[in-house]
Amino acid sequence: MTRRADLLESLAAHAVVILAVCFSLYPILWVVSLAFSGSTSLEPQVLPIPVEPTLEPMREVVGATRTGPDGAEIWLFGRQLLNSVVVSIATAVVGVSIAIPTAYAFARFEFVGRREGMRLLLATQMFPAVASAVPLFMILETLELLNTRTGLVLCYASTSVPFAVFQLRSAFEAIPIDLEEAAMVDGATRFEAFVRVVLPVARPAIAVTFLFAFMTAYNEFILAATLLDDELAFTLPVVLQRFIGEYDARWDLFAAGAIVVSLPVMLLFYQVQRHMVAGLGAGGVKG
Amino acid sequence: MPASLWQTLSAPFRMVSVQAKQLIKRFGDTTVLSGVDLDIPDGEFAVLVGPSGCGKSTLLRLLAGLERVSEGTIHFGERDVTTLEPRERDIAMVFQSYALYPHMSVRKNLEFGLRLRKTDAATMAARVEEVAKMLDISHLLERLPRALSGGQRQRVAMGRAIVRRPALFLFDEPLSNLDPALRAQVRVEIRRLHDQLGVTSVYVTHDQVEAMTLADVLYVLEGGEVQQRGRPIDIYREPANCFVAKFLGSPAMNLSEVELRRESVAQQPERPWFAGQFPVATPAAFAQLEPGRRVFAGVRPHDLTLATDGAGDLELQVEVVETLGPELTVHGKLRAGTSPNSGPDQAYVAVLPAEHRVARGDTLALKVEHLHLFDAVTQRTLRC
Repeated sequence: MTRRADLLESLAAHAVVILAVCFSLYPILWVVSLAFSGSTSLEPQVLPIPVEPTLEPMREVVGATRTGPDGAEIWLFGRQLLNSVVVSIATAVVGVSIAIPTAYAFARFEFVGRREGMRLLLATQMFPAVASAVPLFMILETLELLNTRTGLVLCYASTSVPFAVFQLRSAFEAIPIDLEEAAMVDGATRFEAFVRVVLPVARPAIAVTFLFAFMTAYNEFILAATLLDDELAFTLPVVLQRFIGEYDARWDLFAAGAIVVSLPVMLLFYQVQRHMVAGLGAGGVKG
Repeated sequence: MPASLWQTLSAPFRMVSVQAKQLIKRFGDTTVLSGVDLDIPDGEFAVLVGPSGCGKSTLLRLLAGLERVSEGTIHFGERDVTTLEPRERDIAMVFQSYALYPHMSVRKNLEFGLRLRKTDAATMAARVEEVAKMLDISHLLERLPRALSGGQRQRVAMGRAIVRRPALFLFDEPLSNLDPALRAQVRVEIRRLHDQLGVTSVYVTHDQVEAMTLADVLYVLEGGEVQQRGRPIDIYREPANCFVAKFLGSPAMNLSEVELRRESVAQQPERPWFAGQFPVATPAAFAQLEPGRRVFAGVRPHDLTLATDGAGDLELQVEVVETLGPELTVHGKLRAGTSPNSGPDQAYVAVLPAEHRVARGDTLALKVEHLHLFDAVTQRTLRC
């Protein structure tokens, strides 16, 4: 191929990529622009550039405070961010901890109901979260866990387990059984082989599963909106939604909030992306 | 590998004999092993050989404790290990896939078993160094398995087995993932290793070259049963049945189903039997066999020679000639009239010295130097 043809091909490829990037970035730029514009309404604008740049919406979202029952001032946003992070981490920890042994059993052991059990787990994924909102509300009410992080974590963890089991089972199945057998011949008990060989080899898949559970909990809105009605117990998605009321829509606050809420997840993604790639290729672990 | 390194092994390896009695293994309704006996003396190198699905790997896994026996007993020396866990059996195993722990360096792989046995750090380091030198992998100790070539992984897998100084080595087709040149080299090393360490070994393979070259004692398995046990050369010379005859030896033995007939006793008094239309004189040893009996007449390709006087036992119509350096493998059909009852065009193979000029279309007069006879019904050898 000539130099000229090379150049043309390269230009065409870049054009396609740039177009794709614009297409996906445009709405995000719009949100960014809105967050710094100081305009409270949605005004149609072609270029997402703030007319009068200001940090006011950001300050208003992050700096939100409230007077607590004891009269002391509480940093509301900080409290809500903490709620989100704690609930999401706890959900991921609880969900993955339950899913690991379950998935291993499904991957390695023969037992009555193995196939049916897996199907049942999958079937639970077919129901929308709303379907379980009311029963969960009633259960939590009985347990006096409404408006608590614990209550939310229990609900989230129970919904995250099936998917985590499904994902980890494939990961465990992809690990050659020879590795465990070699460990057992080398002197390990089955449990030691699991802890010392299987878990480290499955680490990328576990990291990805953890991230998924974390993100699902972090972004979850419907259950949180149903089970929480105290501002102090809110998680961030509920906070965001409250900016758009029936009579009053503060799009600037919504946009600012959206950016602040996304930051922790973006940081987390950045941290674990190395594992993500390894996790996607988790089948390639053959010694 | 310098011999002095072998002598640096400070403590001698222990050895055990292996006895298995009437081992039966069933998976659901399928019987994989139906009454297998093993008797492997201290320090012997036993090879289990057989085609895919003959139960040889299952047998090895029973010895390792990775599968439970359905019936029967296994003893290592005096110890009944039938129901013991793998870790309690004092064995080491080299897997076909090598099964190196992918998240651990070579050093950590070698140390793994020692760590589980709470070996102190100094001993562990010394043992690892020793084995690494022995197998020439010292420079690889800090690498991860994925950074090693197939041959290097194989050595590490061997090292991991040796470093623990087990009483019994188990090998599950350890060479099948290596290219042929390397396979031959490692095969020799495994045998040398065994001669030096003297540890009782059980080796599973479907490769008859490995089986013949490595074994002190060879078990040929088929259909979940031991077809024959013995020294490789004895089994090669005196196969117990048609299966063993066909399975061991390359190219495989030519087998033809024929009817015994008495002819021309006057002409060849010392070889009084002919095998039907397959006009081969049977050795005097078969003199008691009654005429009319149906048998399989087996001739190894290497037991055929060119008849210099032109009066051979068989006439072979040459179809394909393969030149393999010192030998020619000649594929052809037995010529009508000289062919056995089973049909006029039986395929036959002969191996001849390369100095013979043989071309496609030639008709060769071949002499049978050694004839095996098997009963047509039981397929067992007819020895007298």
